[in-house]
Amino acid sequence: MDEEIKLIDENGLRVDGRRFDELRPVRIEVGVLKNADGSALIVQGRTKILAAVYGPREIHPKHLSKPDRAVLRCRYHMAPFSVEDRKSPAPSRRETELSKVIREALEPAILLEKFPRTCIDIFVEVLEADGGTRCAGVTAASVALADAGIPMKDLVVGCAAGKVDGVVVVDLCDIEDKYGEVDVPVAYMPNKGLISLLQMDGILTMEEFEKALNLAIDGCKKIYEVQKAALKRKYDFTEKLKREADKSEE
Amino acid sequence: MKNKIPVSINREHVLKLLSKGMRIDGRDLLNYRPISINFEVAGKADGSASVRFGDTYVMVGVKAEIGKPFPDTPGEGVLLVNAEFVPLASPDFEPGPPNEDAIELARVVDRGLRKGEVVDLKELCIVPGEKVWMLWVDIYILDHNGNLMDAAALASLAALMNTKLPEVKVEGEEIIKTGKFKPLNIKDYPIAVTLGKIGESFIVDPLLDEEQLMDCRLTVITTKSGNICALQKSFSGTFSQGDVLKALNIAVEKGKELRDLLFSSFEKFSSSKA
Amino acid sequence: MSMVGGRRSLVIPGEIIVEGNFRAGLNTYLENGKIYSTVMGLAEIRGRVVSVIPIKSYYIPKVGDIVIGIVTDNSPTYWQVDINSPYMAILQVSDALPRPIDPAKENIRKYFDVGDALLAEIALFDKLRSPLLKANGRGQGKLKGGILVEVSPAKVPRLIGKRGSMINMLKKELGCQIIVGQNGRVWINSVNEKLIDLAVKAVKIVDEEAQTRGLTERVKKFILKGKEKIDLESA
Repeated sequence: MDEEIKLIDENGLRVDGRRFDELRPVRIEVGVLKNADGSALIVQGRTKILAAVYGPREIHPKHLSKPDRAVLRCRYHMAPFSVEDRKSPAPSRRETELSKVIREALEPAILLEKFPRTCIDIFVEVLEADGGTRCAGVTAASVALADAGIPMKDLVVGCAAGKVDGVVVVDLCDIEDKYGEVDVPVAYMPNKGLISLLQMDGILTMEEFEKALNLAIDGCKKIYEVQKAALKRKYDFTEKLKREADKSEE
Repeated sequence: MKNKIPVSINREHVLKLLSKGMRIDGRDLLNYRPISINFEVAGKADGSASVRFGDTYVMVGVKAEIGKPFPDTPGEGVLLVNAEFVPLASPDFEPGPPNEDAIELARVVDRGLRKGEVVDLKELCIVPGEKVWMLWVDIYILDHNGNLMDAAALASLAALMNTKLPEVKVEGEEIIKTGKFKPLNIKDYPIAVTLGKIGESFIVDPLLDEEQLMDCRLTVITTKSGNICALQKSFSGTFSQGDVLKALNIAVEKGKELRDLLFSSFEKFSSSKA
Repeated sequence: MSMVGGRRSLVIPGEIIVEGNFRAGLNTYLENGKIYSTVMGLAEIRGRVVSVIPIKSYYIPKVGDIVIGIVTDNSPTYWQVDINSPYMAILQVSDALPRPIDPAKENIRKYFDVGDALLAEIALFDKLRSPLLKANGRGQGKLKGGILVEVSPAKVPRLIGKRGSMINMLKKELGCQIIVGQNGRVWINSVNEKLIDLAVKAVKIVDEEAQTRGLTERVKKFILKGKEKIDLESA
């Protein structure tokens, strides 16, 4: 651990110049792949993740199917070149845990009962990892699910908060995650006000935790606006044509 | 939902068109789809590039590590090529270790880079017998719509062109990074051109639908000077001798086109960074 | 977000469409007096019913639907048929042809083989088992020649049009045989491949611009221009 890294400077600014409550810039593109039923690319600061959805489709082997609902499967995976030290493509224990946590973050939002005996596959591929990959993965996967036309109660958004150099901050980048004290990833359903992912790594007082959770939820709400805009922008040419058509009617 | 079952009547339609020199997407037999090459697409890689041939999308990242050389080549660096056919790229790709298609692709791209002498591995030696640069070339297929081989080979070469190694100094037992970076010295530019044979017609850059109909496939990798540095025949059909020579000539010609496109894309990228 | 009746707005999953005394129609749900969308699509209010027309949709089999399937496998007594749905369908030997087949005496693959396209009807679907098809009705059975393309199942009504206005225009102007399956698969046949190519493009335009007005006229113009080009090329 490098003692010389100051995560918060004299002006209260973080290593990348952000204030404690400032998010990294977020950009989302919808429908970037042809084969997948739905897909989305998210770039959050220097974290870049591609999410894709296949389904609902038949599940193999058949005995894995559920008679009354679709089975949801999720695979979180990091490209070997996505991190500082090349990562072997074989799935690690961390990737296995995150696959489960992300699946459980998205599951409550999806109307799985509409497709009994099928499966919905979600793939989250990290192309560049600079902190907050599970949260950004949830954000992108949710957009990919909407792009695939899979019915949901709400979108799900992810955002983490934590503590670095004694200060509670939102949206940690990689350095802050590595050298900071605490990391609290959160996923949230913005129209319902429900939390579907919550983890913590580190130690916080009750007061600090509440602050962190509030920051994370505020972050989720801001990123939701980016999700919404990205989805609507994808189909806005339809809107344009419709508006032109409506105009010619008047 | 997109179960890729070859539909017999569609197959007959493709064959009918081919016999008239046409393809289902309106291309000529020897034309590529629109190609786009992008550099520096994965920020944590030491070099990276992505290539699109129509809807086929491949990303390659290069990571450089310092490691031990192979015992039989103590004065040479190491080049390792791996391909992941990640499941999001196609309904037919399953999670798990690389299957025979992925392994074949990686090994053919490797042969093209190695025998085409893209990099002089001796220049990657730091301390002979002890420490050399190891270049990991990881091919990531993101969307499979035919002709993965050419896209992967082109993206691998582009990623190497984009690769910078940290400059190092040897001081006794230690290897010190000076903090400066040097681009890899690229010595040649081998390009892969894959030809498919359907009936008696040769096509270049097959679509997924066309690949399902191909009897035979020949990947030809040629260098800048027009020499052949790697060949791979796949699928269970056959070629005649005349077929092979015809294919080689097409590969040299098309290889040059792709190489020119690679150079102009790289120039555009370099000047945008300046 | 308030709505004026009849006007359509683009909504995303979880977005509130209206509040108040409304009923939840297709692709929506009601909670605490609010109607939410479950998909990306155009929200529509007819009377007091709120529904959303999805941008992307699946084909869920309905008894009586005419569909175009592709045979993917067979056992001695039935074929497995892909009907462009999350559910794979089954065609039993007894429902395949107008006359009986004895699977003990014949190899059923001579009637339908893997890769064959066929026009069939959904005979049974109870969500507990695979949908069952029948292909022994009039006009049903193996499709010979031509090609298959796919459109979003949600766009099928538009591709057919009110009282068949769109499909009849397409058949007339293109001079092709065209059959539209409820499952989003379209079969197009003609002796002239260039007309088939033009037809495919026309069908794709309907798929992409289904929600717009004046579509039939626009597609007709596109076809006429295309035919002119074909005539010029062959002259």
